[in-house]
Amino acid sequence: MPEKKIRVLIAKPGLDGHDRGAKVIARALRDAGMEVIYTGLRQTPEMIASAAVQEDVNVIGLSILSGAHNTICPQIMKLLHEKGMDDVTVLVGGIIPEADIPALKDAGIAEIFLPGTSTQAIVDFIQKKYAA
Amino acid sequence: MSDQTRTNMRAAGMAVEAGGRHMSPEEKSWEANTLAPALAKSPERQSEFTTISGHPIRRLYSEADLAGWDAKRQLAHPGEPPYTRGIHATMHRGRLWTMRQFAGFGTAEDTNQRFRYLLTHGQTGLSTAFDLPTLMGYDSDHPLSEGEVGKCGVAISSLADMEVLFDQIPLSDVTTSMTINSPAPVIWAMYLAVAEKQGADWKKISGTLQNDILKEYIAQKEYIYPPEPSMRLVVDTFEFAVKHTPKFNPISISGYHIREAGSTAIQELAFTLRDGMEYIEWALRRGMQIDDFAPQLSFFFNAHSDFFEEIAKYRAARRIWYQAMTERYGAKNPRTWALRFHTQTAGCSLTAQQPFNNVVRTALQALSAVLGGTQSLHTNSLDEAWALPTEFAATIALRTQQIIAHETGVTNTVDPLGGSYFVEALTNEVEAGAWDYIRKIDAMGGMVAAIERSYPQREIAEASYRYQQELDKKEKIMVGVNEFISEEKPLEILQIDETVAHRQAARLNKLRAERSQADVDRALHALRKAAETYSKRVHSSGSSNGHLSHENLMPHIYDAVKTYATLGEICDAMRTVFGTYEETAIT
Repeated sequence: MPEKKIRVLIAKPGLDGHDRGAKVIARALRDAGMEVIYTGLRQTPEMIASAAVQEDVNVIGLSILSGAHNTICPQIMKLLHEKGMDDVTVLVGGIIPEADIPALKDAGIAEIFLPGTSTQAIVDFIQKKYAA
Repeated sequence: MSDQTRTNMRAAGMAVEAGGRHMSPEEKSWEANTLAPALAKSPERQSEFTTISGHPIRRLYSEADLAGWDAKRQLAHPGEPPYTRGIHATMHRGRLWTMRQFAGFGTAEDTNQRFRYLLTHGQTGLSTAFDLPTLMGYDSDHPLSEGEVGKCGVAISSLADMEVLFDQIPLSDVTTSMTINSPAPVIWAMYLAVAEKQGADWKKISGTLQNDILKEYIAQKEYIYPPEPSMRLVVDTFEFAVKHTPKFNPISISGYHIREAGSTAIQELAFTLRDGMEYIEWALRRGMQIDDFAPQLSFFFNAHSDFFEEIAKYRAARRIWYQAMTERYGAKNPRTWALRFHTQTAGCSLTAQQPFNNVVRTALQALSAVLGGTQSLHTNSLDEAWALPTEFAATIALRTQQIIAHETGVTNTVDPLGGSYFVEALTNEVEAGAWDYIRKIDAMGGMVAAIERSYPQREIAEASYRYQQELDKKEKIMVGVNEFISEEKPLEILQIDETVAHRQAARLNKLRAERSQADVDRALHALRKAAETYSKRVHSSGSSNGHLSHENLMPHIYDAVKTYATLGEICDAMRTVFGTYEETAIT
């Protein structure tokens, strides 16, 4: 029986259109054997949480470069909780000042990946989380 | 000669006959007597060398690489076609480039202060960064603006904000660039209204509106309306500029964002210049004459890290544009022929790790832009992989330009690299590569058609993924990121908090209470009506060439701005008529 693939939702919340990182990560995770759904641009927290439920994903990767992470991330975490998606691993990648990282982790973000992270590091993080 | 040496030489493209490269007897002798023993003794570091874009680079360039190259025709002299050596006879000996640092954050007051700081420190032009709600045509108090107000740039929701932004800055004396695209006609109308209030003569004010919607669909993705009404708005600004503001560039056709999205240098060049041709073709279909409006078109390129590839790109850009203007459009005015451009160093090359290294990267990138003959330059700040720059970081970035201008001596002569075998050969190759893409897009029916089938988007995504893989495999090195890694202390960075959004919301409430709502409604109604007449005609005729005559929307937008209708209200009026654009997401 084939192994069940890890399902990942890559999402671009907020108004920003810089999608280079989101697309590269989506492709790298797919190349690493995961099932990847890319939401496209300008997703509201509600749209992202609903897509996560609908697609029954294990992981959500949020790409945020605009500085809106302190507003957007807690909203998404709250909605996921309301929808019973507490098991989903939420990752953030983008331009995130170091000072903001503790609060994001407190809100339930599993890891924050800063500029310069290799795609392999993200693949490894996810696979380790879902090994065994 | 060992087999290994032969293999190395073949890999480096040195086969004499295969590449059509005919070496002189002296070069052949050098290969046999000097090179071969050297390679036999110690092989080169890599089997092949490529630019950051993946373009192959030979070991040595000589006259054999310029066979058929005609210096009279392809190099010529500065200020003369095909402008390979620059668009002015004296280039930076005559006048230095404009040092134009992109700035904008928080409220209009915050940015006004930064503008005045930069001007007192020797900056010679302004460049405005707007926040995401402004770029997307939403007011600061729109629900979708939450968390984004003042973060990536300054929040401008109405003429009242614009008046504060340029307070005590005489628009008759300073040139201003505004990085705004879909809402460009609205922001420009606000700028013109401030100029009028200050008593500045529209015929004399000068500056640049980015207003390049095609690269938004291709790369940066800050679009509102579908391509056709967007192109109509762009051509409206061309007409308005020709008539009312002859010194203002109504567009800055931008490769910068295409490159930031991950393209190669050749793709940046090709897509940008083909975008330029697309605007020209839509304006010609409107009935405009090439030499009336094309002199007011300007360009904007990236300065990435591969030094010579960038220099070749700027030189090739001027040559391609000259050829296109004369051969494709029959332009007669030398001001139409000469491609003028602004440059910004590559934001995507900045590293969050060891951020002070970014000063060095930026300096080298800026140097390539200067050697490539730029008219205007922005140098990034060292902290921009973390946040918008602090005043400290922004000052170093400006000083970097001043050091290049006044200490290095590179401005003492025009096009110091002209005639270099390598630079001329690379210029030829970049030029040829760009023409290949341009012709491919021609065959698709133009850039709008190519965008609709996601062609440039896909090419860029491929290139960006390829580069990321090279980084992951350490085939390309980024210092401090995948090699030479060390621990660093966190930087002091600029923080923008939510009080900006609250201040903006309060200001909007006050504005809406104090203005004449009847005037606002009347102006928005007139704008909608003018927008509609065209849309109806297009739909009834089924034509999509944008060549139907219609009312120019700029005067209506200007009237609306003057009633203090907000940016969101004006963009909404057009949204109701034009609809909005959704892209097909490709990964």
